[in-house]
Amino acid sequence: MFTALLIEQLLNGLQLGVMLFLMAAGLTLIFGVMGLINLAHGSLYMIGAFACAVVASATGSFWLGLIASLAAAAGVGALIEVAVIRRLYDRDHLDQVLATFALILILSEGARWLFGSFPLYLDIPKLLQGAVPLPGGGQYQLYRLAIIAVGIVVAVGLYLLISRTRLGMRIRAGESDREMIAALGVDISTLYTVVFALGAALAGLAGALVGALQSVQVGMGEPVLILAFVVIVIGGIGSIKGALIGAVIVGVVDTMGRFLLPSLLALTMPAAQATTIGAALASMLIYVVMALILAFRPSGLFAAQS
Amino acid sequence: MKRILTASLFGLSLATSGLAYAEPVKIGVITTLSGGGAGLGIDMRDAFQLAIKQSGNKDIELVVEDDAQKPELAVQIAEKMIQGDKVDLMTGIIWSNLAMAVVPNTVAQDVIYLSPNAGPSALAGANCNANYFNVAYQNDNFHEGMGEYANKDYKNTFILAPNYPAGKDALTGFKRYYKGALSGEVYTQVGQTDYAAEIAQIRASGADSVYFFLPGGMGIAFMKQYAQSGVGIPVMGPAFSFDQDVLPAVGDAALGVKNAASWSPDLDNEASKAFVQAFKAEYNRLPSVYAAQSWDTANLIVSALGKASVKDKDAFRAALKAADFKSVRGDFTFNNNQHPIQNIYVREVVKDGDVLTNKIIATAFEKHKDAYAEQCGL
Repeated sequence: MFTALLIEQLLNGLQLGVMLFLMAAGLTLIFGVMGLINLAHGSLYMIGAFACAVVASATGSFWLGLIASLAAAAGVGALIEVAVIRRLYDRDHLDQVLATFALILILSEGARWLFGSFPLYLDIPKLLQGAVPLPGGGQYQLYRLAIIAVGIVVAVGLYLLISRTRLGMRIRAGESDREMIAALGVDISTLYTVVFALGAALAGLAGALVGALQSVQVGMGEPVLILAFVVIVIGGIGSIKGALIGAVIVGVVDTMGRFLLPSLLALTMPAAQATTIGAALASMLIYVVMALILAFRPSGLFAAQS
Repeated sequence: MKRILTASLFGLSLATSGLAYAEPVKIGVITTLSGGGAGLGIDMRDAFQLAIKQSGNKDIELVVEDDAQKPELAVQIAEKMIQGDKVDLMTGIIWSNLAMAVVPNTVAQDVIYLSPNAGPSALAGANCNANYFNVAYQNDNFHEGMGEYANKDYKNTFILAPNYPAGKDALTGFKRYYKGALSGEVYTQVGQTDYAAEIAQIRASGADSVYFFLPGGMGIAFMKQYAQSGVGIPVMGPAFSFDQDVLPAVGDAALGVKNAASWSPDLDNEASKAFVQAFKAEYNRLPSVYAAQSWDTANLIVSALGKASVKDKDAFRAALKAADFKSVRGDFTFNNNQHPIQNIYVREVVKDGDVLTNKIIATAFEKHKDAYAEQCGL
C-alpha cells in the first residue's frame, strides 16, 4: 500500500510541477527576452480560467472553453503589452513591478465586476473523468495524468519552437543582445508582443486546466504566481530548461514535504503536535530549498547569460 | 383631572422616548469583499444591509470596508474606524485569524464588537469580554454537532482542516463528541487549492469516512478533486464546506453530503421564511449561513437600539444580552460568555429543481452551549 501511496504522491508532485511550468515558462521567457518583471502573469492565468468556465457553460463543451482560454489570455496579453507594458521596457524594475501590480488590481476588480465574487463552475470533460489503476494497487485521477501529458507536449513544443524555428532564433537572439537584433532590422516590437502573448497563452492554458480541478474565482492566480517566481529563481531566470527542472523540483518537494514531514515528525513527538508543526514546516520547505540552491548557485541552476 | 392628564402625558413621553432614541448610530463593518474569500463577506454584507433597510431605522449609518482577508489590513481599518469614524459598534469579520487580530484591541477601547461569523475559542473562555458578543457560534459548535452525528454511522474517520485558529477549533470540536477512531488528522495551508497529496493520504489510510472543514474556495477545490479521485468513501463537514456560496461551483459532487449548521434555508419558523424570501427577492440567490447570522446580528442591534441608547454602554450591553429579537434560527439566547445557546442541525445537500441547497434531516443538539463558557468570568 505504501508503494502505491508513494507513486501517487510522486505523480501529484509531477502534476503540480507541470502546471507550474506552464506558468513559469511564460514568466521566464518574458523576463529573459524583454527584461520585464510581470506580476500580472497570475491575472492572465485567472483570465484563462474564467474564459474557459464561461465558454464551457455557454456551449457545454470543455474543449471549446480550452480554446477560448488560449485566445482570451493571448488576446488580453497582447493588448496589455501594446497598451501598458511597451512603455516599461526602458524603466527600472521597480516601475515595472508597480505598473504590473496595478494591472493585477485592475484585472481582478474587472473580473469581479463582470462575473461577481462567487466562484464559477467548471467541470472536467466527460472523456477525462474518473480514475485509472496504478501499478501497486492504487488509483490515479485520469485528468491529472492528462495535465502531465499536456505539460510534456508543451515542453517539447517550446523546445522545438526555440531551437528550430526562425521565431525561436529571434527569441534567443533577443535574450543575448537586445540592441543588436534591433540594429539588424528585426521588428523588435512585434517580437515582444508575440512573446508576451505566447507567455500569456501558456498562463491561460494553465488556468483553464487547473480551473476544472480547483475553483474558478477572482484572485486565483496570485498564489500560483508566487510559486512560479520561486520556480524561475531556482531554475535560473530566462531559461526554459531551468523553468522545467525548477518546476518539477518545486512540485515534488512541496507535495512530498506535505505528505512525509508530519509522519516523520510523528516518530519523535505526539501526533497532534507533529501534524501542526509538520504542516508549518512543509509550507516553508520550498523556500528552504530555494535558499539552499541559491547559496550554491547564486543565479539559479541554468542561468541564461545576460 | 389635571393631575391625571399630566401623569398620562408624562407616561406617554416616557413611552415614546423608550421607543426610539433618535440619535445617529454608526456601525463599522469590516468584512472580506475581495480575494478568494469574498463570497462569504458579500453574503454577510448584503444580509446586514438588507436587515437594516427593512428595519426602517433611518438613524443607522454603516461604514463598510474590505479587509481582503488580511489580518494586518483588518487591524488598520479597525483603528481608522475607532479613531477616525468614531463608530459606536463594530461587526463583520468572517475569518478567525482576523478576528483574533482585531477583536481584543477593539473591545479594550470600550467599543462593542458583535461577531457575525468567527468564534475563536480563545475569545470564548477565560478571555471573554463584556464588549464582545458572538451572534454566530463558538467555532467548535458545528463540528461538535457533526462529530455527535457521525457516531451513528462511522468508526474510523480521516479529519482535515486548514492550519489557522478556526481550523484547530474545528477538529477539536469534532473530536470532542466523536467516539470512533481517527485514521488520520491533517492540517492544510489556508488558501490551499490543490488537495492531491491529502487525497492520496485519505486513500491509503483505510478510513471509512472523511470529515473536512474547508470554507470558501478551498472546499470547492477539495470536493471537485475528491469526487474525481475514485476514493469513494463518504464525506461530511460543517455547513461551511457545503453552503449556498460554494454549492453552485461544487456541482452535483456535493449531492447527499451531510453537514452541520445552526440554520438551513428550509428551517421552519416565520422569521426564517421571511428572511429567505426577502433575501431572494433582493439579491436573486439563496442566502448562506453567513447571511443568516449576519441578518440576526443586524436585527439584534436594531432590537437593542429600541431599548437603550448606544452611548449608555451598560444599558446597551444589557439590551444586547437580552437578545430580544426574532432570530431566523428560532430559539436564541446568550450564554454567560455572550456566545449563543442554540440548536445544531444536520443537513443534507439536495437538489431543489435546478438549485443545489440543504435540507434539515436531524437535530444533533438542542440548546447547545459551547465548552468554554465555564472558564468565562462574566
